[in-house]
Amino acid sequence: MRLEPIAHPGLARRLGPPAAAIVATVLVAALLAALAGANPFAVLGQIVTGAVGSRFAALETLNRATPLIFTGLAVAVAFRARLWNIGAEAQLYAGAIIAVLLGTGALGSPFVLPVSALVAMLAGACILLVPVLLKVRLGVDEVVTTLLFNFIMVLIVSYLLEGPMKDPMGMGWPKSAALIKEARLPRIVEGVRLHWGFGLALISAVLVWLIQTRTTLGFEMRAVGQNIRAARFAGMPVNAVLVKTALLSGGLAALAGWSEVAGLKGHLSSDLSPGFGYTGIIVAMLALLHPLGVVVSALFVAGIFVGSDAMSRAAGVPTYIADMLLAVALLFMVLAILLTRFRVVRG
Amino acid sequence: MTAIWEILISASFWAAAIRIASPLIFATLGELICERAGVLNLGIEGIMVIGAFAGWMAVYGGMSLWGGVGVAFLAGAAFGLLQGLLTVPFGLSQHVVGLGITLLATSTSYYAYRLALPEVTSPPKIEPFQNWEIPFLSEIPLLGPALFSQTPLTYAAFGCAIAVSVVLWRTPLGLALRAAGENPAAVEAQGLSVTALRMGAVIFGSGLMAVGGAFLTLSAFSSFFFEMVNGRGWICIALVVFGAWRPGKAVLVAVLFAAFDALQIRLQQTPVGAVVPYQVFLMLPYVLSILALIVMARRAEVPAALMVPYNKGER
Amino acid sequence: MTPTEGPAGEVVLRLDGITKRFGGLVANDAISLTLRAGEVVALLGENGAGKTTLMNILFGHYLADQGSVTVFGKPLPPGQPRAALQAGVGMVHQHFTLADNLTVLENIRLGTEPLLSFRGAGAARARVLALAQDFGLAVHPDARLGSLSVGERQRIEILKALYRNARILILDEPTAVLTPQESDALFATLKKATARGLSIIFISHKLQEVMAVADRCIVLRQGRVVGEVETRGTSRAGLAAMMVGETLAEAKVAPGPGGPVRLRLAEVSAPGLHRVSLELRGGTITGLAGVSGNGQAALADLIGGALAPLSGRIEVDGNRPSGAWTPQAAIGAGVGRIPEDRHKTGTVADFTLAENTALETYRSRFARRGVMDWRAVRAHARAVIDGYDVRCEGPDQRIRLLSGGNMQKLILGRVMEEAPGILIANQPVRGLDVGAIAYVHARLVAARDAGAAVLLISEDLDEITGLSDVIHVISAGRLSRGFARGELTQAGIGLLMAGQGFEHAA
Repeated sequence: MRLEPIAHPGLARRLGPPAAAIVATVLVAALLAALAGANPFAVLGQIVTGAVGSRFAALETLNRATPLIFTGLAVAVAFRARLWNIGAEAQLYAGAIIAVLLGTGALGSPFVLPVSALVAMLAGACILLVPVLLKVRLGVDEVVTTLLFNFIMVLIVSYLLEGPMKDPMGMGWPKSAALIKEARLPRIVEGVRLHWGFGLALISAVLVWLIQTRTTLGFEMRAVGQNIRAARFAGMPVNAVLVKTALLSGGLAALAGWSEVAGLKGHLSSDLSPGFGYTGIIVAMLALLHPLGVVVSALFVAGIFVGSDAMSRAAGVPTYIADMLLAVALLFMVLAILLTRFRVVRG
Repeated sequence: MTAIWEILISASFWAAAIRIASPLIFATLGELICERAGVLNLGIEGIMVIGAFAGWMAVYGGMSLWGGVGVAFLAGAAFGLLQGLLTVPFGLSQHVVGLGITLLATSTSYYAYRLALPEVTSPPKIEPFQNWEIPFLSEIPLLGPALFSQTPLTYAAFGCAIAVSVVLWRTPLGLALRAAGENPAAVEAQGLSVTALRMGAVIFGSGLMAVGGAFLTLSAFSSFFFEMVNGRGWICIALVVFGAWRPGKAVLVAVLFAAFDALQIRLQQTPVGAVVPYQVFLMLPYVLSILALIVMARRAEVPAALMVPYNKGER
Repeated sequence: MTPTEGPAGEVVLRLDGITKRFGGLVANDAISLTLRAGEVVALLGENGAGKTTLMNILFGHYLADQGSVTVFGKPLPPGQPRAALQAGVGMVHQHFTLADNLTVLENIRLGTEPLLSFRGAGAARARVLALAQDFGLAVHPDARLGSLSVGERQRIEILKALYRNARILILDEPTAVLTPQESDALFATLKKATARGLSIIFISHKLQEVMAVADRCIVLRQGRVVGEVETRGTSRAGLAAMMVGETLAEAKVAPGPGGPVRLRLAEVSAPGLHRVSLELRGGTITGLAGVSGNGQAALADLIGGALAPLSGRIEVDGNRPSGAWTPQAAIGAGVGRIPEDRHKTGTVADFTLAENTALETYRSRFARRGVMDWRAVRAHARAVIDGYDVRCEGPDQRIRLLSGGNMQKLILGRVMEEAPGILIANQPVRGLDVGAIAYVHARLVAARDAGAAVLLISEDLDEITGLSDVIHVISAGRLSRGFARGELTQAGIGLLMAGQGFEHAA
């Protein structure tokens, strides 16, 4: 078999494969539920109602989507420039650490939030800068280095929480002291359990979209990602573009951790992120790396997680069904997107 | 320093190093085969998980240990088939597909484990592979206990390295595989199918990775628990680079790497371990992998067509 | 120049009514041809005439819509690459199908033995050496292929086909990458092969060598056989007329107006270049002749700012560049660059035409404080499309769907719109059809007449001698002195290309 590009794909060609991917994912969900001995229709229904069926559920989904928007944006920005940042998890924890360092009384009240947000972004950026400099200076592939940084960072957090940052009042649990009130992100509407981290995530998505489409940096990032040789030939400062991309990407990922600590949890513990950094890759890919699409796909992914949690409690189907569905959706979707542009021919 | 020296000359230390190296050798060989044929297989981490789970589950369900190894291989090969289909004929991004496969294989293992054993709190155990003392050889001082008093799966790992090396460098199949990773057009011009060669490499290589995972449950730990692979797959990718894409060197660096790992475990028991937080020791494998990548970055002879999809007829 | 006595042997290969369509395009239209034992048949045609498609069908890479292939009296099953090889047909591709990191012996053995077998290298090595001796081809079986020269690699390709017992050899533009002297050696090898009863199809668009090497000549145009002649009974002009469909006009242009030195390289060394000195004058086309891979790319990169000099001096309009010599610096100094590879370096395939026209000047022309002015970019793209006859759907079309000629016209427009004082055109017409070639050449001449200093880099000697006011020859990273129009014969250039006479010429 061979792939042949389609010059002018029609509407059916552009919408058919993605629709088929969605249907196929739902079928897999039904199959998995059946394997667990549950009623597939009931399980699917429970996932949906668990995600958006009540005010509480919907707010929970929005809260869960917040860090995913940030990590999704971080990945989308990097992948667009073909910088394989698989280390959003590490950058996320860097942001979380800063939120605790500056938020537990080290800083005077009026400036705590903006200053700690900026420092957090800087910290995340620095974490990604190391692999990126290794890439541009020494040619070290960044996929594995960014991945390995995740493991190192988790151990650093573990050390901090058992040592220097351990909450003396924590009854021996490895968690940090609580943030002071001024260092906490306020709620968007009083009495509603949704903090400004979500608003910040939406604003970030719009800003990233503007950077990518309206600025010279965005033009450069896209050119470097699509054809690095042409970008270099045209005189673009390729290495500087990669470094700027890394700063932006690492900073965004750090905001995920920062807003989880400052907005939701109020302290740092080693279970802060159930893999938000990795899930960000799925969020970004499902959004086809489009910054505004990231918001939609983060809401979808968060809904799957929150809905599956609720469904699991009710139907006894293991929560890992959520991860499986996302992996299946990702693989189906990348294939579907390919099939919107190419047709499979024999010979 | 004397503490370190004493560790280094003890047979039990080297026995541990060889034991720790075994799963890495399987998985590194698997990845090496894939990359030699031109496919970067980032599914490795998840494929090791599914291997660890499937092998253990088969034995827990009553199969023999070798039967478990076989089941692990098949489970890995199945995910390899998926990885291969998406990246070879369809030419999708090897990065994205690989990460997707890792997530899929990992979550499938966890889901299936929870389905099979919904209520357990502490992971059940199986009777793992026992050490085989090789007559005479195991009585050689230092070397004997280190090399010739291991489980059969460890011997299989080293045997596998020899076999892979022979096939890659001494048979027409190996030549065709390497050529597929260097210049696929040359392979196609000879009437051989690049797609078939790469698919075969990814499927078989993935099977080996899964056997590496199964080593953890069937030979090392005797039970399956979450997070048990813990980045070993990613480390193996670094080992392939560090081993310059050669099976012999890959075994060597895997053992070297495992020796460092064994050393840090033992150092934690010494006075050094009392001063330095244990997390620093646990970090060493990852830091070492990064250092290895840095050292090799300029030298390694990367297969020329690694990560380059091949579409027939496209010039 | 005398073709071998046509031994009119048995028919070894017969193509019958081969037709192949790609969408609306008919690449091969009922093509038939026969090849006899011991015969050299030339397949002659412009780029895009359908030669390569025909060979891909013979080798089972494409399925023909109609027609059949018969080899040694047996029909060849369609769509099976192995079938042609096993029937004794060997192909030497234009782009070698060899792997750099494998040894010569490994490259030759690849695919010759059953995959699941185990055989030592001894027998294979002996056979390779015997064949090499027989056909007068010197090889080292254990050399890494990447260490060989282009001519040596071609020998390995031929040896590879012989090793597979090929009785029919197909050579696709074999001399495109060779010096004239290497070509002569190749022709000698082919003579030895036909004397041993092999048959050869020789694909080319170079009339002179077709006349020298072929017994019979089949001319393709737009996918159809438009003529078949014995080479003895025809002339170059006759073949050329058949090939393009009309008698060729003299492809010469009037001399340029000349002007001051715009760019001067003084003893510049860089990776791939050895103490190169060069002056490019305004109103002048300076031609750079040479065999592919002798430093042309490095020289183009050097002038274009992509390659930094290790030593020596660069001057633009008499001034040394103030900062580092980078692509931006070069563009800023008025250097326009038409890259060698439109797809890999000239354009970003998934970008729109508009975005591609802004690749080099987005900062200086289309942005303010880092914000892009897309309206201006689009307007500019429209001007380029209209001014340079780019056939497309508009500025928002993705460039990957454009034909080579239109893509090149867009690049030409992107560069020319900046009114460059110095213009580097690296293989500007490679792979284009006749109409696009004429268009690009006319634009280069127009730029020259407007006062630009043009450097034309090409592997096609006719192109160089037809357009250039001054000719330099590059060989192994060294540059000859400049020769005025008519000062050198093609044979003289050939010697320089082969690296002879550089001590005196430098």
